[in-house]
Amino acid sequence: MNNSEPQTREQLAGPTPEAVGQGLRPERGRGPGFRAWQRFKANRPAMFSSIFLLLLLAAVLAWPMILAFSGSAFARSHGPDELSGLQFAAPDAHHWFGTDVLGRDVFSRTLYGARISLLVGVFGAGVSLVIGVLWGALAGYAGGRLDGLLMRTVDVLYSLPSVIFVIVLITTVGERVRQMPWILKSPVLEGWLRIGFLFLGLGAVSWLTMARIVRGQVLSLRTRAFVEASRALGAGGGRILFRHIIPNILGVAITYTALTLPSIILYESFLSYLGLGVQPPMASWGSLISEGVSQINPIRIYWWLIVFPGGALSATLMALNFVGDGLRDAWNVKIR
Amino acid sequence: MYFLRRIILSMPLLLVISMLAFVLVHLAPGGPFDSERKPASPEIERNLQAKYHLDEPILKQYLSYLDGLVHGDLGPSMKYRDHDVNEILASGLPVSLTLGCLAFGFATLGGIVLGFLTARHQGSWMSHAINFVVLLSVCVPGFVVAPILILVFAMRLHWFPVALWGTPWHMVLPAIALGLFFAGKVARILQSGMLEAMQSEFMVAARAKGLGETRLLARHAFRMALLPVVSFSGPMLADLLTGSFVVENIFQIPGIGVFLVNGSLNRDYPVVVGLSLLYAALLIGLNLVVDYLYTLLDPRVSYE
Repeated sequence: MNNSEPQTREQLAGPTPEAVGQGLRPERGRGPGFRAWQRFKANRPAMFSSIFLLLLLAAVLAWPMILAFSGSAFARSHGPDELSGLQFAAPDAHHWFGTDVLGRDVFSRTLYGARISLLVGVFGAGVSLVIGVLWGALAGYAGGRLDGLLMRTVDVLYSLPSVIFVIVLITTVGERVRQMPWILKSPVLEGWLRIGFLFLGLGAVSWLTMARIVRGQVLSLRTRAFVEASRALGAGGGRILFRHIIPNILGVAITYTALTLPSIILYESFLSYLGLGVQPPMASWGSLISEGVSQINPIRIYWWLIVFPGGALSATLMALNFVGDGLRDAWNVKIR
Repeated sequence: MYFLRRIILSMPLLLVISMLAFVLVHLAPGGPFDSERKPASPEIERNLQAKYHLDEPILKQYLSYLDGLVHGDLGPSMKYRDHDVNEILASGLPVSLTLGCLAFGFATLGGIVLGFLTARHQGSWMSHAINFVVLLSVCVPGFVVAPILILVFAMRLHWFPVALWGTPWHMVLPAIALGLFFAGKVARILQSGMLEAMQSEFMVAARAKGLGETRLLARHAFRMALLPVVSFSGPMLADLLTGSFVVENIFQIPGIGVFLVNGSLNRDYPVVVGLSLLYAALLIGLNLVVDYLYTLLDPRVSYE
């Protein structure tokens, strides 16, 4: 029985002209996800960007292992935290991205910084996804006074300057938690806690648009024929929500999460640049760029300290934007 | 009437924001006087606390802060001892506003020119080149652009000063660094708006009547495509006026962004609350202005 398969407008309308042109036919049982994937695959910049991101991810994960297995001499000259006498070496065959003020390998530090930048981005987007979907779905599904209350709250939060809110949040509440006695004992825990606050704070200011979009979707889905049919057949609220509503807002939610991801990565590097984000010895792209900027002097130009971490950050943002746009087109989502 | 109501509604909103900021800032451990005089005698500590009313309950502190606020007094700075927040604003705000407005001008002008050109010469090598520049400007963050601009135009070519503020020459690089991202955004919005407008029926009709292509674009498509640019420009101006921390930091510009970041780090309560309020008021005010402009530009829009 496939009757309970959520039916989107596209499925009811039959195969799209492009799908017919490519010899694709929507098969029974293949949901909107499969068709979106077909469209995404045809989008060359998006596919290229996905491959780039996967390679970056692989490099970030593999680099510590390469260091561990390649012998101690290589690890000593290329470890992200290994100091050496070779200060400000320009990029060459040995140090691909050059070295910094303490003689550390910039390539290694860029990959090391990518870890935290990507981590904060992914978790921050996750936080915004969860809050946004729950908030929007609740508002749209409940309707009435609760809807009004929830959405007015979103309106109010919209008029807050979010950067300032995050700065104040991280420097105040973050500091308060950080000074609890059991955390002060462990510097490792302290560093991770700071990152935790970073993505909680960033996620907490990035869910507003998500909530609005999800609410709109839920409002329109609630009155669609297949939901009414399901209700007429005796399905309860929970079944309708999880079987019909959630699968159908999934595409929108995934798309908007992908579009939120770069902005959270950007926020994080911005805060780390200002010294409000991750603290040394941890590094993110923002703090690496900030180190590079602090070395600007009129005598010698150490361009590699800025260009490589900045380039990695920019390339990642660009790739994420392409993937987000690709997902948007693939799911046929309209975001204002 | 509609706008009057919104102005009145924004008052309680600002009140809520001031309360939120006040409570958040006071939640933080440590006070503004912790860092400097650790071995201070308890008496000095107590006197300082009393001078700034930090020994009173927080509700009382907030009420007296509100009392100052309605009289136009944002309170004293606890870090810059001889100055109050009003003075900090008076010295920093003009700088930040100038920078923001210059960047705004650069972003709108540059964005509109680029967007128009790509739409006009769609498919040519020039439009591809412009599209690439636009893509770069949207994806490369300001704090990467700014140091690269400094390295190239100030350090290498010596065309502009490296940092600081004062003459118009000092303003060029920061304004570009701040505005570039938004120029790219504006170009994209205008371009997609124009391409959409060019496919609409009134364009077909105008073309059928024998209107020249440039005139067609400039008079009809451009006007349609300007609407989304206007609605974007409100939040954009707010972002430019409030989001210049990094650029101010890199170019060592004495604007208010520096005070906000330092204020949060030093627990300079009145500075943080005052600046947060100012930013919120700017944001709310600009959104109102944009909504009003919208009714002027597009007669179909009405809020009544």
